[in-house]
Amino acid sequence: MLEVSNLACSRGDHQLFSGLSFKLRPGQIMQVQGENGSGKTSLLRALCGFMMPAEGKITWHGTDIRNLDEAYYAEVLYLGHLNAIKDDLSALENLRISAGLSGTELSENEALTALRSMGLKRRELLPTKVLSQGQKRRVALARLLVSGAALWILDEPLAALDVGAVLLIQELVTDHLRRQGMVIFTTHQPLEIAGFEMTRLSLP
Amino acid sequence: MKKLALGELLFLVIWRDLVLAMRRRADVLTTLVFFMMVVSLFPLGVGPELDMLRKMAPGVLWVAALLASMLSLGRLFSADYLDGTLEQMMLAPQSLSVLVLGKMIAHWLVSGFPLVLVAPVLGLQFDMSAQSLLVLIAGLLLGTPILSMVGSIGAALTLGLRGGGVLLSLLVLPLCIPVLIFGTSAVEAVSSGLSVVSNLSLLAALLVLALLFTPWVSAQALRISME
Repeated sequence: MLEVSNLACSRGDHQLFSGLSFKLRPGQIMQVQGENGSGKTSLLRALCGFMMPAEGKITWHGTDIRNLDEAYYAEVLYLGHLNAIKDDLSALENLRISAGLSGTELSENEALTALRSMGLKRRELLPTKVLSQGQKRRVALARLLVSGAALWILDEPLAALDVGAVLLIQELVTDHLRRQGMVIFTTHQPLEIAGFEMTRLSLP
Repeated sequence: MKKLALGELLFLVIWRDLVLAMRRRADVLTTLVFFMMVVSLFPLGVGPELDMLRKMAPGVLWVAALLASMLSLGRLFSADYLDGTLEQMMLAPQSLSVLVLGKMIAHWLVSGFPLVLVAPVLGLQFDMSAQSLLVLIAGLLLGTPILSMVGSIGAALTLGLRGGGVLLSLLVLPLCIPVLIFGTSAVEAVSSGLSVVSNLSLLAALLVLALLFTPWVSAQALRISME
């Protein structure tokens, strides 16, 4: 369970938000809402431990994430604005490396299956610099298929995706929630998850 | 799916950086060509007096190696920072220090090790004796990894800064002075018939110290830069 209590974040002298508290239990999904610049990305980055919050505490199963370090990171999958894929590597190499960085070794067949179900058939071995923005995003999103992380932190996962891919992500998220996973995400497009109650968190 | 052990993760990072370097050979060659150019300019500029050339050879080679290694340091983390890979590395379930160590090793293999290989050829231009060349190689083998490791701290601290390249050199070059001194003194010692053991041992000691501390320091610096 992820618990945030009395969190405040600031960027320079500007305070983004303060006094933020919420809980996220297994099988729950939360959408972070707010205008541009309201601190959605900062909140997600603080949850990943990239940013030290100005105030407040973030705990995972009751322990502060700063004390957990690697044990917490093993349970987290973060997908940011940046795709974290290398232009010079093929989609297959990219997926296998990013899975490796998150601690799981992926066989070639497992990676190929994941990429194909992301709609990248016959693009697996091309260097990603020849792929379109949406296809690059699909390569990055293929990590969702092969990840064993319990907490998914998704920053604008639907950016640059077409309708088909959005449906695919909905399916992936639903499956993850069924497996008692947790999802916290931001989006400016509607994401419908059938059968699960969506908690909404509005940043001022 | 299988969990990756610490050593496998280290190997993965090294392998990844080497593959990336091979796909962008121009970057690798710049360092090497710069090193060869700088060293080759001295005999041309100073003139063909063998006594003088022999005397300045170790200093020229070491200073050129130092500058060449600065050249590629800026790229050590910046590509991973810009495309978001660094964020993923911070979320790796193993210590960030191990990943940083992997990047340091890969950086040395790509930009330090080639210098060690061409150094003897360049040394011939300075009429260095076989013995001096041997000591030069030994010194460079021990010293260039230290340059990569100490340099990575600077690279991590200046990550994402505008004009970070100059600042990086200002930060790192002073820290590399001991390496320069021990490296050149070893060659000078052998050419004047003294024992080289003390200088090389000191270099080896520095290498061990750097191996122990720099990955951790760099990892902390990266965390600060990412905030």
